[in-house]
Amino acid sequence: MLGFKEIKNGLLVSLWFVFLTFPLMVVKVDPVERIVRWRWENSLYVAIGTFAVFLLVKIIIQRRSRNAAVDKEAEQKKESFIHRVLASPRQKFTLIALLLAVAIVFPLFSSSYQTNVMTTALMYVVLGLGLNIVVGMAGLLDLGYVAFYAVGAYSYALLNHHFDLGFWAVLPIGGGLAAIFGILLGFPVLRLRGDYLAIVTLGFGEIIRLVLENWSEFSKGPSGISNISRPGLFGIEFGLDGAIIYIYYLMIVFMIVTIFIVNRLQDSRLGRAWIALREDEIACQAMGIDKRKTKLVAFSLGAFWAGIIGVVFAAKTTFINPASFTFLESAIILAIVVLGGMGSIVGVIFGALILILLPEYLRALSEYRMLAFGAILVAMMVFRPQGLISNIRRTYHSDKKFPSPTQQ
Amino acid sequence: MMATPILQISGLTMDFGGIRALNRLDLEVHAGEIVALIGPNGAGKTTFFNCLTGIYTPTAGEILLTPPGSTKNVSLKGLKPNHVTEKGLARTFQNIRLFSQMTVLENVMIGRHCRTKAFILGAILRNAATRREERQIVEMSYAILDKVGLAHLANEFARNLPYGAQRRLEIARALATEPFLLLLDEPAAGMNPQETQELDRLIKEISTDGHSILLIEHDMKLVMSLSDRIFVMDYGKKIAQGKPSEIRSNPAVIKAYLGEDVDA
Ligand SMILES: Nc1ncnc2c1ncn2[C@@H]1O[C@H](COP(=O)(O)OP(=O)(O)OP(=O)(O)O)[C@@H](O)[C@H]1O
Ligand SMILES: [Mg+2]
Repeated sequence: MLGFKEIKNGLLVSLWFVFLTFPLMVVKVDPVERIVRWRWENSLYVAIGTFAVFLLVKIIIQRRSRNAAVDKEAEQKKESFIHRVLASPRQKFTLIALLLAVAIVFPLFSSSYQTNVMTTALMYVVLGLGLNIVVGMAGLLDLGYVAFYAVGAYSYALLNHHFDLGFWAVLPIGGGLAAIFGILLGFPVLRLRGDYLAIVTLGFGEIIRLVLENWSEFSKGPSGISNISRPGLFGIEFGLDGAIIYIYYLMIVFMIVTIFIVNRLQDSRLGRAWIALREDEIACQAMGIDKRKTKLVAFSLGAFWAGIIGVVFAAKTTFINPASFTFLESAIILAIVVLGGMGSIVGVIFGALILILLPEYLRALSEYRMLAFGAILVAMMVFRPQGLISNIRRTYHSDKKFPSPTQQ
Repeated sequence: MMATPILQISGLTMDFGGIRALNRLDLEVHAGEIVALIGPNGAGKTTFFNCLTGIYTPTAGEILLTPPGSTKNVSLKGLKPNHVTEKGLARTFQNIRLFSQMTVLENVMIGRHCRTKAFILGAILRNAATRREERQIVEMSYAILDKVGLAHLANEFARNLPYGAQRRLEIARALATEPFLLLLDEPAAGMNPQETQELDRLIKEISTDGHSILLIEHDMKLVMSLSDRIFVMDYGKKIAQGKPSEIRSNPAVIKAYLGEDVDA
């Protein structure tokens, strides 16, 4: 099934990899003894490893294309399992009730550490859902999403530090400020699309981070802001463990509210406009949709959720500095959206849980986390570009049996 | 006295760098008419539509729209595409531009966007007014789909439709914006004779419903069957205008088409 050509290509690829990894894998400079060690055996391992991976991928691709038709059907069946559950109201209700029950009892049976990890995962679910509005629905590739997260976090940190404002007071302020920043970013990039938009938003994210890092009078620079108050509940202050559990439940509520709102947005006039904008900008405008308004609303609504979660983040860690808001953070959130399935709410939830929980529970692998990250994303793009759970469009039905058109 | 034309274009010129794609074009459409715009490939017909609908801003000239029954006209020159659509002009595209990841029905629902209002709060709260509006959007979209014969495919993805059906869906989507003037850019392109015949019937029906139509088409049989008047352009210039019978025998037109079968 593999011809001479594949073998030859495999050899070439492995040779190329040996060459590429030569300085890293073979040459080792020992600064103490002042000698260079040549570890030639490593290049052999690299060659064999690359060759094997290459052939494996080739075989998989060949198989897939051979059974493309069969595969497609099978895939649709597999996919329709989760879709079927969601389509039937009773099963959907049971599933949600079950998940909710698990979520509620979770902190009672797990350590503070695990609750904390789960809270983080929930935060990323909401972040993913927010970015999903911008990237998944409106199709605007935003690589600077973390900037809005930072805006939310710093709003709370600074307002708490200087004016002693509480969590609940700052929550809407943080979200609102982030939304305003979303509009501020939106204006200059209204005309941009695709890669250009990605680069500008990437720059925007970095600008915000650099400002926070260097404008010490304002943000206390790289040393960050500490002793941020934890959230209270009607004046009750919690101890450390209590606060962890409290924030966990808070995040559960936030997530449910977010899912509810995003779901409603998606099936609304506005949500349809976003998707139309993603599909074809010119046709979208020709159908009477205001491109500027639609884009700006997407940017600011997406940013709003990032701002809210930023406030939660500052309250949860009680310490923030600019190092928490690097491009990597944007990349992770984007990866959640892409991995889960662009525009699919259930997909984003799965994506966040997988990408945040897996590395935590595979601590041993955490050194290779970024490597695995990249590998997963590349593999996803090759084998399942639509994401884990692709979005299904809502179907509508008519009450009447297609009456004659009524023109106003 | 003849009523003022609903669309009046004078001296419309469009330059792309050194290329003059439209050269001082005059044209008018009256209420209830079906007007055809024909001309060889590259004559500037699509460019003309793009100037009308705000996708391009013309270099010079004036575009005046007078809604039927009104005496006040509005200039379309320099308006954004979405505002042109709001004024009552809708179009289809020569190279089909459907929202392929959306269902057939949703494509038509998008057309209702500029005639409906619900926004962020309405979407989230889903109050009575929003629900009523959504209901109306769905019902009206179904009705329009029924008109173009696609109601049974309402919940299919637009990209899965056969070619001829996609062209009809483009028309349905444009109709959903409630235009009084409909611009069709080569609606019969790629259709087989039977589909073209159905299209002929559909366009006549749309016309009797009270929409005026401006149509670009290469299929001369269709043009001759449908149009009340024909404009012929070549190299961005109008070279002839008149009734189908006059155009058929116009030497300038025959020369422009050189060898193409004008006689249908
Ligand atoms: N955006 C543009 N930039 C530069 N030139 C353009 C642009 N759009 C159109 N043109 C040029 O304008 C001329 C007219 O093109 P247009 O598409 O309007 O022709 P058409 O009459 O619609 O032809 P067809 O029958 O093939 O659809 C062509 O020479 C084309 O190259
Ligand atoms: Mg054309």
